[in-house]
Amino acid sequence: MRMTGHKPTLLQSLANPTRFMALSERVLPWLAVATVVVMAIGLYQAFVVSPPDYQQGQTVKIMYVHVPCAWLAMAAYLTVAASSFGLLVFRHPLADVSARAAAPIGAAFTLLALVTGSLWGKPMWGTYWVWDARLTSMLLLFFLYLGLIALRSSVEDEAAAAKLTAILALVGVSLLPVIKFSVEWWTTLHQPSTRFTTTLDASFRVPLLINALGFTLLFACLHIKAMRNEVMRRRVRSLQLMAVRQASLGGQPPARVS
Amino acid sequence: MSLGPFAGFIWAAYGVTALVIAGLIAWLIFDGRRQARALAALEKLGIKRRSE
Repeated sequence: MRMTGHKPTLLQSLANPTRFMALSERVLPWLAVATVVVMAIGLYQAFVVSPPDYQQGQTVKIMYVHVPCAWLAMAAYLTVAASSFGLLVFRHPLADVSARAAAPIGAAFTLLALVTGSLWGKPMWGTYWVWDARLTSMLLLFFLYLGLIALRSSVEDEAAAAKLTAILALVGVSLLPVIKFSVEWWTTLHQPSTRFTTTLDASFRVPLLINALGFTLLFACLHIKAMRNEVMRRRVRSLQLMAVRQASLGGQPPARVS
Repeated sequence: MSLGPFAGFIWAAYGVTALVIAGLIAWLIFDGRRQARALAALEKLGIKRRSE
């Protein structure tokens, strides 16, 4: 029986790590340039264009880094969770690569959201930290990221580690609605979610949106670069195993390549 | 440009953000170079993937 021609979908064609490496090598420099340009415009908007807020004064400038970091902390977790779903359900060859690459970047943005939030909280609330629902749930997200990273490195069998981490990542998704709606479900010191069109004046909205776009592009760059590193790391490992196998068959000791 | 009485908090927020992002970028670049070097060294030994 003759096989009929089958055109792969974009996702299927990207599932091939070699194709991903070739495509990402071409895309990454352009994405990096776009990130630098948008972030530079974002900084200009934050420090030159944006006026002081009538209540917060100039500390409103902290919002332009805090909000994008908080948004990326959750977006990175969604990336980890969607990739984990892709690994467990579709066995997508790049899914685990994506999940592993996104976790430390997400942890870094969560840490930044917590630190910049504290630095805004001290002058505005009079304290760096309170155990309110939004702050505490964000801290839990940070610990969840650390748990994912620790779990993966604690299991020697990489396939088993990937599956266990993916299951924990999917269970952890339940934390995202808690973070998002914590300011509505409980009485918190943290203000309610920003409604971009109704509660935020255009003079603050435009800088915030530009900075959010810049940080999102940055996350895309970092994630793609981390995925490329992970693909190479897996190739190195499989070649090292081949070297050991060849050496044991030929009786020669394998050359050490670190 | 005057950042008012809380300038220290604003600079600290931007400074720590820049530091963490710079750290991430440096880690990814060094890790990428290390993996590329290891891959090149293995291929120099004549060990190649079956697809190549």
